[in-house]
Amino acid sequence: MSDATPYGSRDPAAGLEAARLTGDATESDLASVRRRTSVYVYEAPVRLWHWTNALCILVLIVTGFLIGRPLPSMQIAEATHQFVFGYIRFAHFAAAMILTVGFFGRIYWAFVGNHHARQMFYLPVHRKAWWREVWHEIRWYGFLEKTPKKYVGHNPLAQIAMFFFMTLGLSFMIITGFALYAEGVGQGGILDAIFGPLREAIGNSQILHQMHRLGMWAIVVFMLVHIYAAIREDIMSRQSMVSTMISGHRTFKDDRAD
Amino acid sequence: MSQIETFYEVMRKQGITRRSFMKYCSLTAAALGLGPAFVPRIAKAMEEMPRTPVIWVHGLECTCCSESFIRSAHPLAGDVVLSMISLDYDDTLMAAAGHQAEAAMRDTIERYRGNYILAVEGNPPLNEDGMYCIVGGKPFVDQLREAAEHAKAIISWGACASYGCVQAAHPNPTRATPVHQVITDKPIIRVPGCPPIAEVMTGVITYMLTFDRLPELDRQGRPAMFYGQRIHDKCYRRPHFDAGQFVETWDDENARRGYCLYKMGCKGPTTYNACSTVRWNEGVSFPIQSGHGCIGCSEDGFWDQGSFYDRVTDLTQFGVEANADQIGGIAAGAVAGGIAVHTAISALRTAQKKVQDRPSAAETSKEEA
Repeated sequence: MSDATPYGSRDPAAGLEAARLTGDATESDLASVRRRTSVYVYEAPVRLWHWTNALCILVLIVTGFLIGRPLPSMQIAEATHQFVFGYIRFAHFAAAMILTVGFFGRIYWAFVGNHHARQMFYLPVHRKAWWREVWHEIRWYGFLEKTPKKYVGHNPLAQIAMFFFMTLGLSFMIITGFALYAEGVGQGGILDAIFGPLREAIGNSQILHQMHRLGMWAIVVFMLVHIYAAIREDIMSRQSMVSTMISGHRTFKDDRAD
Repeated sequence: MSQIETFYEVMRKQGITRRSFMKYCSLTAAALGLGPAFVPRIAKAMEEMPRTPVIWVHGLECTCCSESFIRSAHPLAGDVVLSMISLDYDDTLMAAAGHQAEAAMRDTIERYRGNYILAVEGNPPLNEDGMYCIVGGKPFVDQLREAAEHAKAIISWGACASYGCVQAAHPNPTRATPVHQVITDKPIIRVPGCPPIAEVMTGVITYMLTFDRLPELDRQGRPAMFYGQRIHDKCYRRPHFDAGQFVETWDDENARRGYCLYKMGCKGPTTYNACSTVRWNEGVSFPIQSGHGCIGCSEDGFWDQGSFYDRVTDLTQFGVEANADQIGGIAAGAVAGGIAVHTAISALRTAQKKVQDRPSAAETSKEEA
């Protein structure tokens, strides 16, 4: 890479005038800045989806928890003028609608976006090499590997988590959630036509409520692991993590190959 | 069938005036949610159509459906309904008993082949060749099959016939089975509830007699006019639900104020029935009005949904006695604990590595420079 640049062969740090002038750059820093590079991984729609999705999930978990276990009764005004639980439910439904539209948008982007936009929707289970990488990641998290590997998109373990908790998990929550919402909308509408048969197949819709709630807890668990892993990898891995979901660029901390 | 009297003839014979008859027709039309234009049609049908023979059989049940049925106010069950239908066999209500009763049933099947309605209260247990329920010396399932063979249509009364109810609750030792899983070749109308509301029962029968067809059914085969909405959708305490005002404990101040029973495990939001509109005992009250949550008795498997008094109920489907919050809370707690330990080990390992790498660190930087 360095040879391809005009100043590369003679002086590796030449041309970085701004960095030099600020004064806080050692010679080795400048050499490093010249070589280390980044890959544009997450395009703008993917990042936008990630953060709206995160916000929606946060709202959905908080309001969803309160729908199953409501706040203590409040006496603000007469029932006619008070709509506390109604607003909590409204926030839940509104966030769910945004999440659903976003999820469909994300699926659309898997088709038209770059290669990395597709990674979350499949698992290359037929490839032996992929399983080897999964095993490597398990060893890395089990403190059995000294150095982590470089990944441009998700590491194999992250890909598994994304596939099960987001691709399948969100689908499950959207389907069960809309089946419950269709009950409130009432029989005879489009939602009832789509989701009614599912509810009938399950039987008592109390079961559906409990499944949806169990799904919420699964997403809580995912959230914990996801945030922990992102921060840990940001510190301990050889590439950027958190900022990648902000800028879209994956930057690497060293020039070594695996 | 001309030897059978019409409903009108029977009613007049019992001293009901023409005026009362017309009143009854309009009340029935209103109860069925039909417009005034249907009143003459109901009157005409009752004047001209012969009474429909009904065979009413009882399997594993508690007779609460019959108890409910005979308390119908609109139409009045007592005289009127028992005359509207020609109830030719009902071992609980009929005067005949023993062989005489069984003969009446066979006679009805022979005489009105393909024209009678079979009303089933309760359900057949299928384990041990049906030996858990014997009627007239034979397993009930045989009587059911025999009566169903030539029936025009079948009414499944109550949660037992519709879904299985308490005798089919886990682990269902007698293998009590709802009617539609035993009889699969007849139109079946399901009227669930434990028991169903009296006016719903008589309303369904009146509709079938008046229009000579089944009422509009929903996906589960329930009459849509009575089971089209949830208790919750028409509950008079709904404003308190939306306001977030709930009964917190039994007999607290909120209970006395008539707040929503959601937190006390009311199953109104998951139960399709007409209790909150038609109500019970001539429209006097219904469970929620009496201060007790709905237990969801007209829903499939309502005995197996954990406590009647929990909102987040135990997940009995998975064979565990814990609810989603307990399972999820433990899982999330365990994961959070795991993360804390993992963080600590990660930090220690990193520190350890730094100490080990220190002598070589200078070399590396020299190399890079």
